[in-house]
Amino acid sequence: MALLEVNDIHTYYGNIHALKGVSFEVDTGEIIALIGSNGAGKTTTLRTISGLMEPREGAVYYEDEDISNTRADLLVSKGISMVPEGRGVFAKLTVEENLDMGAYIRRDSGIKDDLAGAFELFPRLEERKKQVAGTLSGGEQQMLAIARALMSKPRLLLLDEPSMGLAPVLVDGVFDTIQRIANEGVTILLVEQNAHMALQIADRGYVLQSGEVAISDTAANLQQNETVQKTYLGID
Amino acid sequence: MDLLRSQTSQKILIFGLFSGAFILFTGAVGMIAAFHEREVVDRFISLGQLLLLMAPFVTAYYVSRQLSDFDEGKAPLLISGVIIGLMTALPSIILLLFNADEYRFLLDICLRVIPFVAASLVAWRMHRAGAETQTALGIWLMIAFLVGIVTFSFALIFEIKGDLRTVLVNIDRDWVEVVTFDNRNDLMRGIGTLGLVSMAAGLAGSLLYLMPAVPRRALVYGLSVTVLVGAFGETVRLVLQENLDRDTLREIFRRDTLRQNAALALFVISTAAGFLWAMYGSQARARFGDMKTSQRRTVNIIGLVLFVIFMLMLPWLIGRTLSDVAVTIGIFVLMGLGLNIAIGLAGLLDLGYLTNYAVGAYILAVLTSIGPLGLFKGTFTFWMVIPLALLAAMFAGFIFAVPVLRMRGDYLAIATLGFGEIIGKLAISDWLKPLIGGAQGVQAIPKPIFLGAELKNPEQLYYIVLVASLVTLFVSIRLNNSRTGRQWMAIREDEDVATAMGIDTARAKLLAFTLSAATGGVAGAIFAAKVGTVFPNSFTVFISINVLSLIIVGGIASNPGIVVGAIVLIGMPELLREFSDFRFLMYGALLILMMIKRPQGLIPSKIVTHEIRTGVKPALAAAE
Repeated sequence: MALLEVNDIHTYYGNIHALKGVSFEVDTGEIIALIGSNGAGKTTTLRTISGLMEPREGAVYYEDEDISNTRADLLVSKGISMVPEGRGVFAKLTVEENLDMGAYIRRDSGIKDDLAGAFELFPRLEERKKQVAGTLSGGEQQMLAIARALMSKPRLLLLDEPSMGLAPVLVDGVFDTIQRIANEGVTILLVEQNAHMALQIADRGYVLQSGEVAISDTAANLQQNETVQKTYLGID
Repeated sequence: MDLLRSQTSQKILIFGLFSGAFILFTGAVGMIAAFHEREVVDRFISLGQLLLLMAPFVTAYYVSRQLSDFDEGKAPLLISGVIIGLMTALPSIILLLFNADEYRFLLDICLRVIPFVAASLVAWRMHRAGAETQTALGIWLMIAFLVGIVTFSFALIFEIKGDLRTVLVNIDRDWVEVVTFDNRNDLMRGIGTLGLVSMAAGLAGSLLYLMPAVPRRALVYGLSVTVLVGAFGETVRLVLQENLDRDTLREIFRRDTLRQNAALALFVISTAAGFLWAMYGSQARARFGDMKTSQRRTVNIIGLVLFVIFMLMLPWLIGRTLSDVAVTIGIFVLMGLGLNIAIGLAGLLDLGYLTNYAVGAYILAVLTSIGPLGLFKGTFTFWMVIPLALLAAMFAGFIFAVPVLRMRGDYLAIATLGFGEIIGKLAISDWLKPLIGGAQGVQAIPKPIFLGAELKNPEQLYYIVLVASLVTLFVSIRLNNSRTGRQWMAIREDEDVATAMGIDTARAKLLAFTLSAATGGVAGAIFAAKVGTVFPNSFTVFISINVLSLIIVGGIASNPGIVVGAIVLIGMPELLREFSDFRFLMYGALLILMMIKRPQGLIPSKIVTHEIRTGVKPALAAAE
């Protein structure tokens, strides 16, 4: 059974037909990469899934429940957590307060333990836990954004361009972390322009082109695919 | 000594000119002459003269502080003080000469020479520029053109009218009398006095900078206390009137002016106090810092108790007139605390706060009035209507919030501004006239009755405002530290991310608007009861703007800041009443100065301080 099923969604910005029938599935425990060039509809897809936008046609099913019209904030308690594009940490709050905010929907007593878990995953953040998030480096902010998303104990983690604006060295670290999160049983849907890195850690991938799924295959096959190599991996 | 090193000398000249322009401007708008009427110390110095002295004094102090970076020793600093004094006086001296009949030919010459000077300056620049860019030349041409135009128009006016005084109406006898220090009949002596006094003030400013820290602080403290008491003599006298007998009062004041002996005594005492504080203040603070938590709490509680006692005794201490001001301040504190929930906590820029104020006032007016428009003619009392006013305002806040929920930032501000205008127009409309009286308003609103006594004086109404403010203060502190407060904080920082955290932003915003409206309703109701009549004229957009400004000046999201902001922005204009229209000039200047020099507000909250100088230190964590 698919954890998330996106079924032929059409999403519009006013009159602009941004998604023209996108369909794909994400199974429990997988890492799925959505790749594509600028304007292909990657972020729109993610925004539609996370409830920030509504599809005009088609539906999004999460654990067989139609969530197409469910508000974004309610999805968090259902176990879908999103790391928005451009990181979006609360710049004026400390690292610790940011993480607390991530656990906003929770009322259980395990928050302290999870905070410790987050610091275990990102030791760098523990060193800076009293520091204001705006003063962190880009890589640290990305880590904080991911750690904060994990604080709501999601089963599905949506990542929007985690490598954006990061130095190549840091990109490796971020993808390494994503891999480790997946190993702990969190399903991951990853939207990336950096197709090379995304396909290295993903199980399967979908290539979006002008609001449609152009190619879908396992990550290994996509890496060998001629079109993908030419267009997205820069291999001739 | 190379004082003429370009950077330093430039700084001195620029600031000197600036201070001169300031004096010229305040003179030209008539401020100096108007302030001259107010004597700070009896038969010694007036506020207008003080203004003439303050400009070079403060500028010289400020420039000395900047120049000390160059580390050139004391002499250049003192000389720079003198130069600044001279530069400050210079524009006024020139104007004095132009103004005097026997030297008018100077103006004549100047008006004919300046265009040539400007032209030659441009020619010289063009010659020197050679390889320089065309833009630079363009700028110089523009400057020359402007100078030419200005001098030409002055020349024209001069030819036609034959007199500058018809152009600069405030450069009159009174002005001449102030700037020449009462030497109107002997112009040269007057100019000399002005120059000398101004230079002395500049020198004093530089000297002050060179003083060791402790006596300097003591002196500044003593001077400012004396000047403030002198300048606000009328107000201070009103306060003392409550507590001193007539003879003692007469020893201190001659009418509203501080007597010389009293001023001297005040200066000595306050300087001594400032000296003690400068010497031992830091020790006391250090000792407080070393205390155990329990001891520190005791000290805090003692402080709080003293503060509460002071607040309770305030009307008794300050008398009726000032109590009235205190009630007005309190009404604005209430509104400030309320609006702060929307703006400071949730980051929603609401410019229609006036709505809630008006709703509260009209609800109270209509329900309690014993006049023709009263619906129940005295059945409802003030105390019964206060909760209703609160609920009605919350309802209004809720209703107005619904359509603007999806708006953000500037757009939200404009939409709320529109709602405020609608309310203002509704209040004055013919449509609602049968209910709320249109332009005539609602009259005959009875005063609150407490335990059988009518609370009709400001001294008594003060307590209502005090209690309401304290309750609001408590609620808003609790809110800020609650789960709801966290929601708002997240929305303020980033609405999209807040949604991604699972926060229902629509609900949180509705709650912020609704709660924020509540105190506005109470403030309006108290206002209506205080004044006894409700007119639509009382509900203009300036109420919203005032409340917003006091929040910004005091410090966004800072509760003590809002109280201070209300005292400064609402209380000051009341106290400055005798300066008539100039108080708005000062009010505006204060706002601009604040935004440049202290954008975080007078008592900023920690987060905002951090926002303004991002990247300095972990502010929040360190403060806990």
